[in-house]
Amino acid sequence: MKRIIAVLLMVLALPAYANEAAPAAQDPVLEQRVMRLTSELRCLVCQNQSLADSHADLAIDLKNQVRSQMQAGKSDAEIREFMVARYGDFVLYRPPLKSTTALLWAGPFLLLAAGGLALGFYLRRRRKRLTESELTPEQRARAEALLHARREGQTR
Amino acid sequence: MKRFLVPLGIFLVLSVFLAVGLKLDPREVPSPLIDKPAPPFQLAQLRDPGKTLGPGDLKGKVWIFNVWASWCVACLQEHPLLVELSRQNLVPIYGLNYKDGRDNALKWLDTHGNPYTLSAMDADGRVGIDYGVYGVPETYVIDKNGVIRFKQIGPVTPKVLEEKILPLVRKLQG
Repeated sequence: MKRIIAVLLMVLALPAYANEAAPAAQDPVLEQRVMRLTSELRCLVCQNQSLADSHADLAIDLKNQVRSQMQAGKSDAEIREFMVARYGDFVLYRPPLKSTTALLWAGPFLLLAAGGLALGFYLRRRRKRLTESELTPEQRARAEALLHARREGQTR
Repeated sequence: MKRFLVPLGIFLVLSVFLAVGLKLDPREVPSPLIDKPAPPFQLAQLRDPGKTLGPGDLKGKVWIFNVWASWCVACLQEHPLLVELSRQNLVPIYGLNYKDGRDNALKWLDTHGNPYTLSAMDADGRVGIDYGVYGVPETYVIDKNGVIRFKQIGPVTPKVLEEKILPLVRKLQG
């Protein structure tokens, strides 16, 4: 009986938690859009966090900025532009393809190509070495004779 | 002997990259605001809230714009340098008091000296966002046409002042 009362009391306490994480804006769709965009933006105070994750003062200000601009009907691209105009491409976790970032984007493919070339080069050299070390007919005949003799010796 | 050349070469190239990487400061974000017009604002002055201050009022002169706050520890580091610079009367320094309270800010200036011709109050940090402020203190050099020509993130050091800011100010003043 005591246990049942305890469980009932716990169940009664549940609604106390229900209201805790109210979204900052009353509109969950908007809030989701804010989260999606700010998770692509870097927090400049704590550089390895996104704006969405960060609780730095500036990050909160910028999140509010994003929210109010969305409420004013701005598109994601326009808000991204607003951020880049102030903080540079650095705020974007996905840097744009420009002459200064070309190496960043092409780098992995260049490394892959270099690795492929090195592998091809190595395999060709290896094959050459293998064919070069093939025996002449005389050597082969001698080797066979030796092996033959040995096998006979073993069976005896 | 030859077989060691390749790993040695790779090692050397890697070391050079890592050595350069050590010297780079990830906090030095290149500002996109250089050579752009200083974002306009019109804010209440710190000492006299009835009056306003904005970059529009300062057209025609070269000025230094310094973002500061009484809660900002690094600001204290550069502060004596700014006070000294203001005594030399080479270039006016205007302040942006960033996300601060008026009383605290005024007390801070009384204690540590006031290098600013005027300071504007950016209580909610909205103007700071327009100037791409993310690490107070930040310092801008703005030319006669109201164009940002230089930005320093973090405290101004004697080296930066002597080698970058002052030569640039002299050049801009013509």
